[in-house]
Amino acid sequence: MMRRKRKTSEILLGAVTWFAAAVTIGLLLLLVGFILVRGVPHLKPSLFALHYNSDNVSLVPALISTIVIAIVSLVIAVPLGVFAAIYLAEYARRGNRAVAVIRMTTETLSGIPSIVYGLFGGLFFVVFLGWGYSVLAGAATLSIMILPLVMRSAEEALKSVPDTYREGSFGLGAGKLRTVLRIVLPSAVPGILAGVILAVGRIVGETAALIYTAGTVAQIPGSPMQSARTLSVHMYSLSSEGLHTDEGYATAVVLLVVVVLINALSARIAKRLGRRS
Amino acid sequence: MNRLNANKLRERLMGAVFFISALVSILAVGLICLFLFANGLPAMGKIGVFSFLLGREWSPTDTPARFGILPMIVGSLYVTAGAILIGVPIGVLTAVFLARVCPRRLYKLLKPGVDLLAGIPSVVYGFFGIAVIVPLSGSSILSACILLGIMILPTVIGLAESALRAVPEQYYEGALALGAGHYRSVFTVVLPAAKSGILAAVVLGIGRAIGETMAVVMVAGNQARMPVSLLKGVRTMTANIVIEMGYAGDLHREALIATGVVLLMFILIINLSLSALNRRGK
Amino acid sequence: MNCFEIKGLNLYYDKFHALKNIDLELESGKITAFIGPSGCGKSTLLKTLNRMNDLVEGCRITGDVRLFGEDIYDDTDVNLLRRRVGMVFQKPNPFPMSIFDNVAYGPRTHGIKSRFELGEIVESSLRAAAIWDEVKDRLKKPALSLSGGQQQRLCIARALAVSPEVLLMDEPTSALDPISTGKIEELLLTLREKYSIIIVTHNMQQATRISDSTAFFLLGEVIEYDSTETVFAMPRDQRTEDYITGRFG
Repeated sequence: MMRRKRKTSEILLGAVTWFAAAVTIGLLLLLVGFILVRGVPHLKPSLFALHYNSDNVSLVPALISTIVIAIVSLVIAVPLGVFAAIYLAEYARRGNRAVAVIRMTTETLSGIPSIVYGLFGGLFFVVFLGWGYSVLAGAATLSIMILPLVMRSAEEALKSVPDTYREGSFGLGAGKLRTVLRIVLPSAVPGILAGVILAVGRIVGETAALIYTAGTVAQIPGSPMQSARTLSVHMYSLSSEGLHTDEGYATAVVLLVVVVLINALSARIAKRLGRRS
Repeated sequence: MNRLNANKLRERLMGAVFFISALVSILAVGLICLFLFANGLPAMGKIGVFSFLLGREWSPTDTPARFGILPMIVGSLYVTAGAILIGVPIGVLTAVFLARVCPRRLYKLLKPGVDLLAGIPSVVYGFFGIAVIVPLSGSSILSACILLGIMILPTVIGLAESALRAVPEQYYEGALALGAGHYRSVFTVVLPAAKSGILAAVVLGIGRAIGETMAVVMVAGNQARMPVSLLKGVRTMTANIVIEMGYAGDLHREALIATGVVLLMFILIINLSLSALNRRGK
Repeated sequence: MNCFEIKGLNLYYDKFHALKNIDLELESGKITAFIGPSGCGKSTLLKTLNRMNDLVEGCRITGDVRLFGEDIYDDTDVNLLRRRVGMVFQKPNPFPMSIFDNVAYGPRTHGIKSRFELGEIVESSLRAAAIWDEVKDRLKKPALSLSGGQQQRLCIARALAVSPEVLLMDEPTSALDPISTGKIEELLLTLREKYSIIIVTHNMQQATRISDSTAFFLLGEVIEYDSTETVFAMPRDQRTEDYITGRFG
């Protein structure tokens, strides 16, 4: 009797676990399959025209804007994030008060929803600094959003560099700065890169933080002070206009491909890191 | 001697640059709070804190205009609660599967799959919701709950899986040695041992759900009224901001920013409880 | 002549009193060995000689350490001190770069830029460390591809490349096989002519084979310091005798 009861609970728990996993797998397949089925048939050449008009609904300008905004955001956030991580990992002393505050605010930043970033970007960069809806305002907003991500991955990468490298360099009479820039930082590059790629993923997927900062103009921006829309914003505009849903799905396919590429790249770097250590 | 001084100067200078860069995150949080509060709080004053937070009517273009955001607060809470109800059980059980059950070869396929779920943009989830969920349950609370439940899956799975993997192997072996079966050992010993990590995963999931904007806007119906039924539409705080910000002026605009302030408050509370959890976990 | 003169040196890690009232005069142009059981303070003392202890938080030092008469804890430039007092670590720690760049790192740090000059320094350092013939055809290869013994000789070459006056060695052969150990010991005997060498070792045979004088440490104190012959043949202190005859440690 006991024995049977135990066996039943074992089977039941097993069934529940497998069922949940099956639901997750099913959802994943449904989601990807659905996008492919609805989107691939509408991947027409006209979708890839260099200029957008309401006939071809081209996604190329949005693709280019996505790349431009990603680059500008990274140019701002990566040096800041890496420098901040260098301070935290290499310079800050044990029990430093400022460090506690920096960690707390960084954690806070990583929890703030993108729409709040959008609101702030709109108030600060667009209105207060007078940049208007522009690539620069959008990228500046996104750079604050990805800063905690870059900081954390860079700090972890720096901390995983063995101390024997630092000792070796100091032992030869090199100063702190030279040791950090010539020995520690180069060894941490793969870890930092993995973080940067994750950040690119967030930028590519972002919408709410961009609508009221970079705006929604569908052309290739001529200067950083002009408005532009990324692929995600492009998709949202298509859906809210309701006229070009099919092209929206086609755009989703392109976005999906981009995400898969980004994930594959970061997995590859992570694997190489694992092998080295 | 000159070179020595130049070196010292460079050391000092770059040390300062690193420190100042580290201060940027403090500056950013400060500026975000400053600009949101400065632009949102006066509106709360003008409308009245109570009629803003507890007012049941949002009709910014009527005369007299009414700015009560209780429907949106309640809407956000409903939708978030529903997402947790759907996403957490599936997510935690999937994490158990990944950490303790999954055959290696399946894992190699499944793990990138979960990462893919995490990387898919909200707008794409929104398109999926419009075409697959809305035809079944309408533009409604339920649809938003289901879609958000799916969207928080990768967050919950990822954190819960690493919490489960951090449980020492001896716990599991100890349970096996007492004659418990594989699943029983996992559920009665390993899962409880990973409790604080799983709780952190849930709290992070709550943060994700309450902050999500675009996907919710696309499936929730967005009627600014007190929720009446699971199958009727609802508007969240995030939706309120993104829908009306484009055309709002004056007090209306300030009231939207004040909505952002309330949302930020919710997030700060969630963050505080998360760091309290992490401290206790250590 | 003495390379180091240490008087009344005390060192604390937070509350822990790691070195107690050390008085030592180390002769230049000789090999001095520090021996003693683990945790006796011999490596700690070695690291105060080029101020590597500065990197340890909570480390406090009182007393007097002089390098050729100059107080190194006064306002000496630490980087200059470390250039004059080179160090080789317990585990070989080549940087993750090419063999050439490893040896050239020190000279570059101290301002040498000319490709030709660097090439000369790299070759002469690698020759002095008795590894030139093994690596001359693959200077561009990563240093981490060398064997453990080769890596340690590379690290010695790297230390020699900044032309130090003193070489500190912290158990340089403890991570190596007997053959590599033999090669490094031979190398040290040839280097003695040009450099003052201070070596921490666990291996008492090593101390007798290569060193001129030996200091025996116990619990943060110098128990006995004399010529190696005297210390090992007629120790004055009972504790020294117990240690070298293997009764503890």
